Amino acid sequence: MGQGMAWYVLKRLLQGVLTVWFIATATFFAMHNVPGDPLLNDRAMTPAIRANLEARYGLDQPLFNQYLIYLGNLARGDFGVSFTQENREVNDIIREHFPVSATLGILAVLFAAVGGVLWGALTALYRNRLPDYVIMFLVILGISVPSFVIAALSQLGLVAVNNLAGRSVLPVAGWGTVFHMLTPALVLGMSTMAYLTRLMRSSMLEIIDSDFVRTARSKGVPPALIFSRHQLRNAILPVVTVLGPQIAAITTGGFVVELVFAIPGLGRFFVEAVQQLDYTVIMGTTVFYGAFLVFMVIVVDLLYGFIDPRVRLQ
Amino acid sequence: MKQRAGQLNLAALRQLALLAAYAFGGLALVVWLLGLAASRTGGAVAGGAIDAQNNAITIALRTEPPQLDYGRATDSSSIVVLSHTIEGLLSYDDNMALIPGVAERYELREDGATFWLREDARWSNGEPVTAHDFVFAWRRVQDPATASAYAFIMYPVKNAEAINRGELPIESLGVRALGERVLEVEFERPTPYFDKLVAFVTFYPINEEFFASTNGRFGASANMLLYNGPYVMNEWVHSASMRWDRNPGYWGEHKGWLDTIHVGYITQDVNARLNLFKDGQIADTQLVPQMLGEAMERRWQIDRSMDGTVFFLQLNFREGRITTNRNFRKALLLAQDPVEFVYKALKEPSYLPAVSLFPFWVRGVDGYFRQEHPPPPHEYNVAKARQHLELARRELGLEEFPPLHFLADDSPIGAITSEYYQAVYARNLGLELRIDKQIFKQRLAKMDAGEFDIVASGWGPDYDDALTFGDLFSSWNLNNRGRYASAEMDAFIRVAQSELDPARRMKAFADIQQLVHDDVVIVPMYERGWSFVVDPQLKGFQRRAVGPEVDYSYAWIEERGGE
Amino acid sequence: MMHKAADFLPLGEQRDIHGISRPSLSYWQDAWLRLKANRRALVSLWLVIGLLLFTIAGPWLWRIDPAAQDVDQISLSPGFGRDALIVADYQPWDGSGAAGPLHVIGEANSQAVRLKWDALPGANGHRVYRNVFPVGPELAYGMPLAEFYNNATLHHEDRLDLRPGRYFYSVVALDGNGKVTDNYQSLEVDVRRVTTLADAMQRGLISEQSELAIGDSVKLRWHPLGTDYLGRDMLARLMAGARVSLFIGIVAPMLFVLFGVAFGATAGFLGGKADQFMMRFADFVVALPFLLFMILFKIAFGIGPGESGVMPMLVALVLLMWPATARLVRGQILQLREQGYVQASQLLGARKSYLVARHMLPNTFGVVLVTLTFEIPKAIFTEAFLSFIGMGVAPPTPSWGSMSNEGIATMLTTPHELIFPALFISVTVLAFNLLGDGLRDALDARMRNTG
Repeated sequence: MGQGMAWYVLKRLLQGVLTVWFIATATFFAMHNVPGDPLLNDRAMTPAIRANLEARYGLDQPLFNQYLIYLGNLARGDFGVSFTQENREVNDIIREHFPVSATLGILAVLFAAVGGVLWGALTALYRNRLPDYVIMFLVILGISVPSFVIAALSQLGLVAVNNLAGRSVLPVAGWGTVFHMLTPALVLGMSTMAYLTRLMRSSMLEIIDSDFVRTARSKGVPPALIFSRHQLRNAILPVVTVLGPQIAAITTGGFVVELVFAIPGLGRFFVEAVQQLDYTVIMGTTVFYGAFLVFMVIVVDLLYGFIDPRVRLQ
Repeated sequence: MKQRAGQLNLAALRQLALLAAYAFGGLALVVWLLGLAASRTGGAVAGGAIDAQNNAITIALRTEPPQLDYGRATDSSSIVVLSHTIEGLLSYDDNMALIPGVAERYELREDGATFWLREDARWSNGEPVTAHDFVFAWRRVQDPATASAYAFIMYPVKNAEAINRGELPIESLGVRALGERVLEVEFERPTPYFDKLVAFVTFYPINEEFFASTNGRFGASANMLLYNGPYVMNEWVHSASMRWDRNPGYWGEHKGWLDTIHVGYITQDVNARLNLFKDGQIADTQLVPQMLGEAMERRWQIDRSMDGTVFFLQLNFREGRITTNRNFRKALLLAQDPVEFVYKALKEPSYLPAVSLFPFWVRGVDGYFRQEHPPPPHEYNVAKARQHLELARRELGLEEFPPLHFLADDSPIGAITSEYYQAVYARNLGLELRIDKQIFKQRLAKMDAGEFDIVASGWGPDYDDALTFGDLFSSWNLNNRGRYASAEMDAFIRVAQSELDPARRMKAFADIQQLVHDDVVIVPMYERGWSFVVDPQLKGFQRRAVGPEVDYSYAWIEERGGE
Repeated sequence: MMHKAADFLPLGEQRDIHGISRPSLSYWQDAWLRLKANRRALVSLWLVIGLLLFTIAGPWLWRIDPAAQDVDQISLSPGFGRDALIVADYQPWDGSGAAGPLHVIGEANSQAVRLKWDALPGANGHRVYRNVFPVGPELAYGMPLAEFYNNATLHHEDRLDLRPGRYFYSVVALDGNGKVTDNYQSLEVDVRRVTTLADAMQRGLISEQSELAIGDSVKLRWHPLGTDYLGRDMLARLMAGARVSLFIGIVAPMLFVLFGVAFGATAGFLGGKADQFMMRFADFVVALPFLLFMILFKIAFGIGPGESGVMPMLVALVLLMWPATARLVRGQILQLREQGYVQASQLLGARKSYLVARHMLPNTFGVVLVTLTFEIPKAIFTEAFLSFIGMGVAPPTPSWGSMSNEGIATMLTTPHELIFPALFISVTVLAFNLLGDGLRDALDARMRNTG
């Protein structure tokens, strides 16, 4: 078993490396296919200045050579130097800004998970009564209103609250303390929370009247115990299953929130890099995120193997 | 049955509430831990917009300064940071007059210039700023290995261009240090505006020893720079925040009155900045037209200033383009009204409808250039435009005009511009404009390759002299992306570049202005401006047309209630 | 014992032997019944039909050019019954007129407000402001319109976005450094809405033979949902935007679901090495960070002059989103292969292609339909997201996403420019989500015969 396990992990990791190579290649050629030129600037350059810059960035080489050099650097974990922030290594950019995105993402997932389970259970208990309708209405909003609208509106709401209170209850934008994170994380987790609420509600409803609950009830198990031991625990399982992919999606999907709330995360960086056609940052970010996703999927798969014995590793 | 369900509900609810309490407790703990982590990824700011007690303010920057290695910097954000922390030979006072910087006095001649440096100019490590620092910095800018995009601005210095092309060694640059405190510059050609150039960041000094110690990471972080300006940057968390403290070693009393300037936020989002201002977190913010209503409602004192940049439709003069026909260009000029565009479509009170290549604030001999040489007024005349169009049609031998390729950027204003002009030319001339919206670098690539008939573009000043606009349409200027070329224009520009008599020089600019209008080299749209609002306690804050976009060097805090 | 034929009596028609069960229904008929019983799904089905009608038939009923600009009616909120007075064509003004403290020359109307004033005592120039409130104790003069750094110019013509209503103009004295002082003069001005004969004709409000003359009033065009920042009709633009948003939202998922089905069916049927290889490739594509690659592809394909950018977005969506369906269909095919009826058919000598086309694909159709319904909201959101970061469709093509992005900027002053497009996005997304729920419930085999 132990050996089979090790072999399985190794195989998955190898596949992961192959996937990262695919991502890197796709990014490289997609990007070099973009019309335009990262070296151009508002002020036109003399051919001499231009040649100097091309040499500095290795753009004077044939494309395939550039690709090989790029793969070589990648293997050593070196993403190169940014084109627009010319004194910063892409590695530094990732190291400084990814933790921001990750922090925000983790918090958003936590909010979403706790909120989803709570609201879901509540709506199931109050099925077809007022609290159910109110919460499900909010869930519908969370699912169907575009995130940038929610983000902009909630920022406005914060301003209104602060003005009413006459002091800064919660910061409107920026990064640096716990309070800066709350609203953006909530907004970021909103649609996931709505999704989990629905999931929780339906799985809870399925279980509320299931045979084993009925059996427990007829045996005279106290209702509170039925709820926590039998219903909640079983209803949560499907929620846990979808959590893995959601974490990855949220951590890499914070563009809108980062833009609106002026948060120095990696997503905002990527959008700016694309607008500037910053080759190295675009490639670095994409490959890093890709690798991160691949790794997350592997980890989650392995964890399921431990948590749920029914899931058998291949 | 129903009752049982109700009973179950109650018990379940109690259980749920208990669980929720645990969950929230756990969440609070996690949030607190994450907060600890977050404080290391972005400096938290306390004190709000104005902190009178500590004589400090908090501001927001639009973008992270991408390049603080000033030999290579090109963008406005970097220039804002650099102009607060580093000082060149000369600088500008709060009325845009040239004042001494590191140089106490200077002399401008036909063949060169001499700068006498002050004794008490110091780097933030205590070393004096010497003439060698300038020689080293300037040579480095021209060194091909540096690959400085702004190297061209130094081309008036002898041999600069040849060095930059790699044809001469960098030691042959026409700049010498005569001892510690005299800097001698030799010109390639007469350059009467050289004093205005040296206030630009590319001409700032670098301490050679320190530069060597940075190991190629000069300007990469707060401690990878030496400062000699009114402020010292002590903290720089990339894309998040900065702290500038008053430089105790700065020689002058006229600048740097605040103890600390926190750059608390870096965000491009104008709405986020407005919200921060409303929340009392930053000392000033820009107001776009949609915000003015609210600003009036809040009884703010709204201010405005010119940004310096002129925007126009640049026409393509490359062979085979319809826009090479003068009557066609005339029709394009006459059929549109910049006043309507600025005041109705853009709704911008801070913009000025443009009538000339030269913005109104450009200086002439004594006063404003445009008061001494008024540009021909714009004529909005659709009937006349149609006549010119008919003439053009016959001259070109066309049955019908093909659609025009209209290149625009991807900003919101770029979208309005292209949609507005598309409608105007369709309505007034029956022309079809095909909009080609591209991101920044792609648009530049298309401009350089000449893939457009009309491109909406702008031109901002590098230095405070009419030439920064005047030489744009010379046949050798690579920024002349429509490739307009005429012997007449080149002749005027040569005079404007080298003429030492101010009156005759300004006459040359007037000729350029007239020719740009008569030949319809461009269709002027607007001079960009800013509406903005400043915390009433902050005085002396400036937005500049030339140099740093925002300038806090002369700012101070007025105690509330006191005069 | 012999039997005669007469011993055997025919039983007659045996219709009611099966009468104990309800009439036999096909899978689809059953599903349809189920869907009809689901009120929410039915409502959303009607909503979807309504949206499609709005998109396709709308422009025939509401015949207004979505690109027609009207600079006299910019950012108007919904409403009707707006009149304008006809005045003479605009003539430039040289600043002539009677001297005196701040006053209006001629008539103040939405074409122009002409102000003239005498130099304020001690002024080295003036700045002109306009406000919608009187200057209060805060000395909030309003928005600065112009400044003059000497006393040579003592007049200003305001043409900035003038709307009917009351304005408060102020001239404020500037000091020697061009800074604003407390010395000011203020004037209350009522502006009325006007238009010219030429403009009215050009906008089709009056005909060429119209008898109307200067001084008469004319009814302006009615905009039921207001206008946008260039005076374009919101309703017409929402219809035009619907074409883009729904086109991307519906066609892209159809294409990639179709491709996914083909890919998945092939892989599932071929099995073995080919299946392994094909699925590995699908895994690669799944691993690409979606939004990042969406942006990257969007700009890599590039759009030329006059193109809307809808096609590159479509292609990018198809390229990135097919694997989910492919995996699903492959899984179904693998399951179905083991089913008795398929094996029976195989034993009877059916060819592989026949098996796939006759037995397997039709049986995955339900799952595929549900997937399709759920992918549509995703595609619509993706379009809106790209528009938000400025990578959406190119102007002048409207889409709901780009319209809401423009609307966010003016959220406070003219909320209708955000509310309407955002509402359309939300309703569409909601309708497809609920319809998807309904379809899933209706097609779910487990729930068959239990309802």
